[in-house]
Amino acid sequence: MNLIKKYRFFLITICVIVITILIDKNMGLKALSVAGDSFKQMILVIPPIFILLGLLDTWVPRETMVKYMGEGSGIKGIILSIILGSAAAGPLYGAFPVAAVFMKKGAKFSNVLIFIGAWSTTKIPMFLFEISALGAKFAITRLLVDIPGIIIIAHVLSRLISKEEIIKIYKKIENMD
Amino acid sequence: MGNYLFYAVMIILLIISFLKDKQKTKKALKKAWKSFDNILPQILGITMLVGILLAVFNTEFVSSIIGEESGWFGIILSAIVGAITLIPGFVAFPMSDMLLKNGAGYMQIGAFISTLMMVGIVTIPVEIKYFGKKLTVARNILAFIFSFLVAYIIGKVVGGI
Repeated sequence: MNLIKKYRFFLITICVIVITILIDKNMGLKALSVAGDSFKQMILVIPPIFILLGLLDTWVPRETMVKYMGEGSGIKGIILSIILGSAAAGPLYGAFPVAAVFMKKGAKFSNVLIFIGAWSTTKIPMFLFEISALGAKFAITRLLVDIPGIIIIAHVLSRLISKEEIIKIYKKIENMD
Repeated sequence: MGNYLFYAVMIILLIISFLKDKQKTKKALKKAWKSFDNILPQILGITMLVGILLAVFNTEFVSSIIGEESGWFGIILSAIVGAITLIPGFVAFPMSDMLLKNGAGYMQIGAFISTLMMVGIVTIPVEIKYFGKKLTVARNILAFIFSFLVAYIIGKVVGGI
């Protein structure tokens, strides 16, 4: 029963695909094949992320994280957050569990947000690919606008969310496993 | 290629970790499994949802709504399409190139790429699970608004409008 509840969303999407196939066979099968492709991509990216996370969680002491990305890490923390986020691969939802471990280890809230921003949009492998598909002018312009944008969004967000709210988020993540 | 690099790094670190401390490595793997198990149901659902969305929002459909003459209306539509869909970069960039060649405007494509990367309507349930409703909604709204600035600058610089 619990399992059904846990996979409720997945089961609903399966029903939608089955219904789509019944209504429009081509569209339904296309949906299924696209889902299969992104599933393959997910299998490539997600397991190593989680295992690296497990290693990070057990090996890197809290003090190290606080020193490099915590309160008072200043510009060093910002730059490190951008580099870590940009070095990533995989879709944005892969960033959330990583960010959670950073928070558990005492990374500063705005740095966590910068990390998520960098992961979402300035990934180095994607940047190279963007140059080859859309040209250097397009890719570099976007990168130059995005880097300050990410930092500004992170700071606006950490002002927008109250101190209590931030503490609540840290607590929630602390209790996650 | 980047994906295999991840596996390589993981395997090397895992071996080093195992040689240094068996117990700790076991604990790390347990933690990895726990957080994976925690997120797996959502990811499976998202994967299916992406399939459905991409079957509906195919290249012809997208290019029909975001032509160069579509103006602000087209920019807003592109931003919305980018925010809803979750297309991996290695599909999105060549697709955008094709759309540009089929008459889409640079501002529209700039908006589409930007929201595609930064805004994730489909992944909002996952984001909320970690960061709560308020932060998730605020982050996505800010990123959505920011994407218009990105679109405008790309249009000016690359499109020369």
